Amino acid sequence: MQQSNSYTLIFTGIVTVILGFLLSIAATSLKEQQELNVAIDIKRNILRSLDFQESQDELWTTEIIQTLFDSNIVSFVIDETGKIVDGMNVEDIDTKSNSMLAPVYCKKREGKEIEGYAIPISGKGLWSTLYGYFALEADGMTVKGIKFYKHGETPGLGGEVDKEWFTQNFIGKRIVDEEGNFVGIQVVRGKVDESSKNAYHQVDGISGATMTSKGLNNFLMNDLQKYEPFFKRIRTNASI
Amino acid sequence: MAFLSKKSQTVLKDPLMNNNPITLQVLGICSALAVTVKVDTAVIMTLAVIFVLSMSNTLISLIRNFIPARVRIIIQLAVIASLVILCDQVLRAYMYDMSKQLSVFVGLIITNCIVMGRAEAFAMQNKPGQAFLDGVGNALGYGIILIAVSVFREILGSGTLYGFQVIPTAFYESGYVNNGLMVLSPGAFIILGLIIWIQRTVYDVEEK
Repeated sequence: MQQSNSYTLIFTGIVTVILGFLLSIAATSLKEQQELNVAIDIKRNILRSLDFQESQDELWTTEIIQTLFDSNIVSFVIDETGKIVDGMNVEDIDTKSNSMLAPVYCKKREGKEIEGYAIPISGKGLWSTLYGYFALEADGMTVKGIKFYKHGETPGLGGEVDKEWFTQNFIGKRIVDEEGNFVGIQVVRGKVDESSKNAYHQVDGISGATMTSKGLNNFLMNDLQKYEPFFKRIRTNASI
Repeated sequence: MAFLSKKSQTVLKDPLMNNNPITLQVLGICSALAVTVKVDTAVIMTLAVIFVLSMSNTLISLIRNFIPARVRIIIQLAVIASLVILCDQVLRAYMYDMSKQLSVFVGLIITNCIVMGRAEAFAMQNKPGQAFLDGVGNALGYGIILIAVSVFREILGSGTLYGFQVIPTAFYESGYVNNGLMVLSPGAFIILGLIIWIQRTVYDVEEK
């Protein structure tokens, strides 16, 4: 049965409009929930990278994350010299134009001493851009934690970057050598040779995910370099 | 299943074993390779495919008499794509963690040959009720194989099952290592090939 051209066109048009309409309703009505998920997930990851532990009997709900974040995390913006920009919130950073300004999330338990700094990291892996947080101790050189919250790497291979066994390796590594020069963190192929003199800034790689590890090395280096003026000030006790 | 007629039962049960979309028709292999590294992703993927396939079959069957023959494939694809996007959006809103793990593969249900294959081969000629059952049956047939493959791959590749450690640590201490090949795509090919071989031998299937 061969229908006329106008019937075909009208039918296709109607189907497109109906489907488009339904999808836009779904997208707009779910948008708020999705954005909330993303925002909470970001906060959850900042908290995790700063060594807050989620316990088995009290799983983090949206409210718990919100309270933990509000009472323990102080955020500020730094410029390219590593100094804090007064009167600017991290939300005000226009990621597209002000590439020199960068956010820092600082763990500060209710008025007490600073316990660490988290910075956002992102960059290309194999298939996708990875997004995460990298945290240093208050000394500005020892790794406190690293967490990824968004990536599209192969599950089971590059996707393992967000798993505990991998991120655990970063903790306690140092981003500076003995003379205090910046060296960054390096993900190696296979296991780290503990006897090597470079082991202090190396972490075990993921087997089957060489490209993801390579990408991770590159962007971690870039991001750490960007924050280096800031952490250098922390290490040398200069004013920030 | 007494409330279903004989024909409906066949429609529902046939794709589970006798005419399984993966092992006998060898469709939907791509995603069978991609999401079978871990059992939990395979389960969610199966649920997503059940939703998409049953709904797309039903919807297409409902409008089958109005679809212009020349553009039928495009219409089918538009319906399928919309359902997949809907599924992805819902996962993102209510199962955020899972949607992060499945990442692109939910979206890739659109390209799963089983979905379009059933729309074209069954939904276009049958009533909505039957088409729905056919969708559920085929998605389950797909899911059974997906989960079977993922069970082998997760145990052999990661030593876990559904996230729980099943290979005792004593094994690792005495020198056992996880098989890295099982985590990679070739591992899925080997497991899938074996399953297809076993099933075809058991059911005595011959290529015509």
